[in-house]
Amino acid sequence: MGSLASRDAQSAIRLTLLITAIAVPMNAVFGIAAAWFITKFDFRGKAFLITLIDLPFSISPVVAGLCIVLLFGANSALGDWLVASGYPIVFAVPGIVLATVFVTFPFVARDLIPVMIEQGRAEEEAALTLGATGWRTFRTVTLPNIRWALLYGTLLCTARAMGEFGAVAVVSGKIRGQTATMPITIEMFYNEYLSVAAFSMAATLTGLALLTLMLKTALELRHADALSATRRH
Amino acid sequence: MHIQIDEIAKDFGTTTALHPVSLPIPSGALVALLGPSGSGKTTLLRILGGLEFPTSGRVLFNSQDATGMSVQDRRAGFVFQSYALFRHMTVFENIAYGLRARPRATRPNKAEIDRRVLKLLDLIQLPQIADRYPTQLSGGQRQRVALARALAIEPRMLLLDEPFGALDAKVRKELRQGLRDIHDETGLTSVFVTHDQDEAMALADLVVVMSMGRIEQIGKPADIRAKPATEFVRDFIGV
Repeated sequence: MGSLASRDAQSAIRLTLLITAIAVPMNAVFGIAAAWFITKFDFRGKAFLITLIDLPFSISPVVAGLCIVLLFGANSALGDWLVASGYPIVFAVPGIVLATVFVTFPFVARDLIPVMIEQGRAEEEAALTLGATGWRTFRTVTLPNIRWALLYGTLLCTARAMGEFGAVAVVSGKIRGQTATMPITIEMFYNEYLSVAAFSMAATLTGLALLTLMLKTALELRHADALSATRRH
Repeated sequence: MHIQIDEIAKDFGTTTALHPVSLPIPSGALVALLGPSGSGKTTLLRILGGLEFPTSGRVLFNSQDATGMSVQDRRAGFVFQSYALFRHMTVFENIAYGLRARPRATRPNKAEIDRRVLKLLDLIQLPQIADRYPTQLSGGQRQRVALARALAIEPRMLLLDEPFGALDAKVRKELRQGLRDIHDETGLTSVFVTHDQDEAMALADLVVVMSMGRIEQIGKPADIRAKPATEFVRDFIGV
């Protein structure tokens, strides 16, 4: 495990945790918002929005990464301006966050939509007729009803965010010690015939994924009563 | 509270749910909106409750225009078709919801909320079920809890969407009398939607027969039975 103590390895672990800590809450919020709009309101272009949510599933992450480079890279006017103002996106942390957010976007929304469709709008309407504001209704009725789907979606999103390779590989520029995340560092070690380092890093990444799964199981066990009471409805 | 429905119409996109309809509902009456599915009765009820807004026309509460009033401000006790109890809350929390949702200035304190919820549980004759979850209740119990939850906000009117629709025949008859008793005790202007002409005739002071988004006849049960105004009414009530 000594290879994990190297500066590059430490930086990769820190970077991956940072990216995950930013991308997952963002996607949890985006996912809830998207699922809420799609299931609780009727509007034109709903089918189109659902297709848009699925887009990251159907597009290769490498292509998504290239699109970000095209949009924010130094060759575009926007990218040029951003670099000049000292906020580079490509080959820097914001680009990696963007790529990760894009690739993992569908997880939360996709888990929530069927649950929210099945539950319908009646409970929310009941809360409104009882005088609750929209925000209170969301907080006390909608959110508790979707919490398990939300947890599940968030954990899948976390696992995927930590493991994302394709899009990040393009956007990050693979700068050792700066923009190399764990999966990218694993690949770099492997290509340099540093098998021990590569496998220790891979084991660490797997350990993090297992940790999220254990967290989910622990939460489920702890709230088993509430879970069975709400599921049987 | 006196309710006046004045030339209310409602379109959903290209389909018309309600042609302009007018209906006075006297204060304290128990009114049935009776009709087959698709007759617009539920739409009319939801417009009264502020869950839908009419395409044209006005709603007046005690002669004051309430057409654009928000659902929260209407203070209408609404009982939903499948009751829509909050599944993650106990019966107590369900009934207390409306009181706890009030702005701080008008929110009763904890002891007062306890007292009111227990009083309502007495009113619906289910004093021992406060700590249960909705999934642990029978259909009839759920309906009564939904009624208590609606009454907790001290509503200005009671609106019920097929309140007996999800129940078996025996329970239905018992709860009919229960609703009548609660209506008489509270004196609230109440409107309920049903497709069961038996139920409407047995329970209501005033029956409004609807079809295809129009009102066919308004009258006391006996008058409607004696003098159906249209062929449709004659057919539907089966005289």
